[in-house]
Amino acid sequence: MNKNNLILYSCILIFGLAAPFLFPAFKVQLSILCVLIVLASTWNIQGGEMGYNSFGNILFYGLGMYLCASVQVGMFFPLAEWTESGGEKTFVHTPTQFFQGMAVGLVVAAIVPTIIAGLIGYSILGLRGHYFAICTLGLGVAAGEISGGIEIIGAGQGFTTPPFPDVGSLEARGEFFYFLSFFTLILTFIAVRSIYSTRFKLILNAIRDNEDKAEAMGIETMKYKIIGWMISAFFCGLAGGIMGGLVGYIDSTDVAFDGREMGVFMVLMAILGGKGTLWGPIIGATIFHIFKEGFWTFFLGWQYVALGVLIVVIVIYFPEGIMGWLREKYPERFGEVVDEKDRKAQVELK
Amino acid sequence: MDFMVFQYPMITVQACLDGILLGILFALIAYGMALQWGVMNIINIAQGDLVILGGYIAYFMYLYGIHPAWGVIVAPVIMYFLGVLIYKLVINKVVDRDLFISILATFGISILFMQLMNFAFGADVVLANSDYGTTMLFNNNVVLPNSKLFSAFISILFAICLVIYMKKSKLGRAIRATAQNARAAKILGVDTEKVYAATFGINAALCGVAGALISITFTIHPYMGLPYTIRSFMIVIVAGLGNLPGVAMSGMGLGVFEEFADYILGTEFRIGSVFLLLVLILVYRRFKLSRKREYLK
Repeated sequence: MNKNNLILYSCILIFGLAAPFLFPAFKVQLSILCVLIVLASTWNIQGGEMGYNSFGNILFYGLGMYLCASVQVGMFFPLAEWTESGGEKTFVHTPTQFFQGMAVGLVVAAIVPTIIAGLIGYSILGLRGHYFAICTLGLGVAAGEISGGIEIIGAGQGFTTPPFPDVGSLEARGEFFYFLSFFTLILTFIAVRSIYSTRFKLILNAIRDNEDKAEAMGIETMKYKIIGWMISAFFCGLAGGIMGGLVGYIDSTDVAFDGREMGVFMVLMAILGGKGTLWGPIIGATIFHIFKEGFWTFFLGWQYVALGVLIVVIVIYFPEGIMGWLREKYPERFGEVVDEKDRKAQVELK
Repeated sequence: MDFMVFQYPMITVQACLDGILLGILFALIAYGMALQWGVMNIINIAQGDLVILGGYIAYFMYLYGIHPAWGVIVAPVIMYFLGVLIYKLVINKVVDRDLFISILATFGISILFMQLMNFAFGADVVLANSDYGTTMLFNNNVVLPNSKLFSAFISILFAICLVIYMKKSKLGRAIRATAQNARAAKILGVDTEKVYAATFGINAALCGVAGALISITFTIHPYMGLPYTIRSFMIVIVAGLGNLPGVAMSGMGLGVFEEFADYILGTEFRIGSVFLLLVLILVYRRFKLSRKREYLK
């Protein structure tokens, strides 16, 4: 790690730690931004680096959300009675119970989706290209429809997650969730960064560029594909668990398995920033979140129209994303050696 | 779970008949999808939304006092031009790109249409009443709305017309040539750009017909598009591209499956079972193909 990077990272870290006190009104928005960045960067592991464009990571996100909330309730109270009572609370978590439940819930929310990804990985990841994309789209929607019919997790009427306990300060809830999601973001960044500096990333890239050739070179592609997907699933589940607590209410198709919104957002953020780069999804998620919040606030009702147009415009005109555009413009800064003459010749050809 | 299906044979007959009549409609939509997939190599996620839009055209005619059955003629005309417009604005920029790009771009169109329809027509479940009455079969045990028979008849009629058109007409030949080899067709003087636009328009028109029929026989709702896309995708991958009898058969099979899922699992799992079936079919296909690959080894 060179000196510039160190300064950059410490700036971001300090800003991240100070942000909830600098902008106290935007704590929830900042927490959502952290979750979005986590989702986009982990989608990028198998979408960008591995070339398996999935609409189905929402499955792990939704699973994590339901699991975390269910564990948090189920550890102390009967789950069925909780969901039956809906909004009227007959049970109240004490602060210790809440935090204990949340901690165990998050662990379960991260691990169970990872195991599920490993189990279904062998069948699903054998599909290629658009078959994989449509299959994962189907998985996400099917999970939403099915969980909407299961009584114990609230079926169609939704699941209210445990409300934040009274710890004496009104700001505590926002700060708790902000630091939780910010910590997850740092964890994700470190994980993704260290993955990208290993041979594992090169294997993923080989799978993306030509899977048959990679297999012919002796790489067990299936194993690495499943591992890549499991890493995505781990962080998606974690993000889902946090988001469930943050939103406070889980609905099967509108919050948890929202393939139409969150499932597309992940893909879009990664593409907007630049697929297959470390910083791309982070930049993409930040820009997207600002844009989205602006639209959701000022053009309420028209947000999905704007979203549809945005998807079409991004996909058609910026398929390489911001990082791809920067790379084309300043290749030297990305460590690519460019011959001046060659470049001029290319410009003239154009 | 409800096992009435197995105790009362008449319910089985009812489910099968309903399923087949519904499946013919699915097959019509799937035919459109197979057409554009084969010719332009595009998977259109907005397919279902085009269907629903066609349904709303018929519903609007019904609201203004015109019999909704005329929608079968009006909807495809409007939808054809809409399809060409969508092609000119969006699709022609993604035709020769990666398939995933086309999926994502049409996903955007789908979200756009969904919300515009929600604004224009409201979020209520509606149907256009055709007043065709019902037919009772088997001692009044099986109820068959005449509108379903009508819709199946019209779907078959349109499919036959289209097949003949594709075989005989100049444009049909150009479309088939482009599907086989776009570059060679271009060299031989086929304006592929025009062919693509026409293909997408024909697909949209088929969706319009199917939508108008759906609004007469079933119900429509702005957010109901995606299941139709998934159904037609499923039918196409089961039947294979360019296999028309296969499309018809697997369409009917899917219809019957859905009716039985509806009876056995309950209506709330109907859409879920469709999506789950898609996943199962793709996984089955993947294992079948990988076995073939092992033979090659």
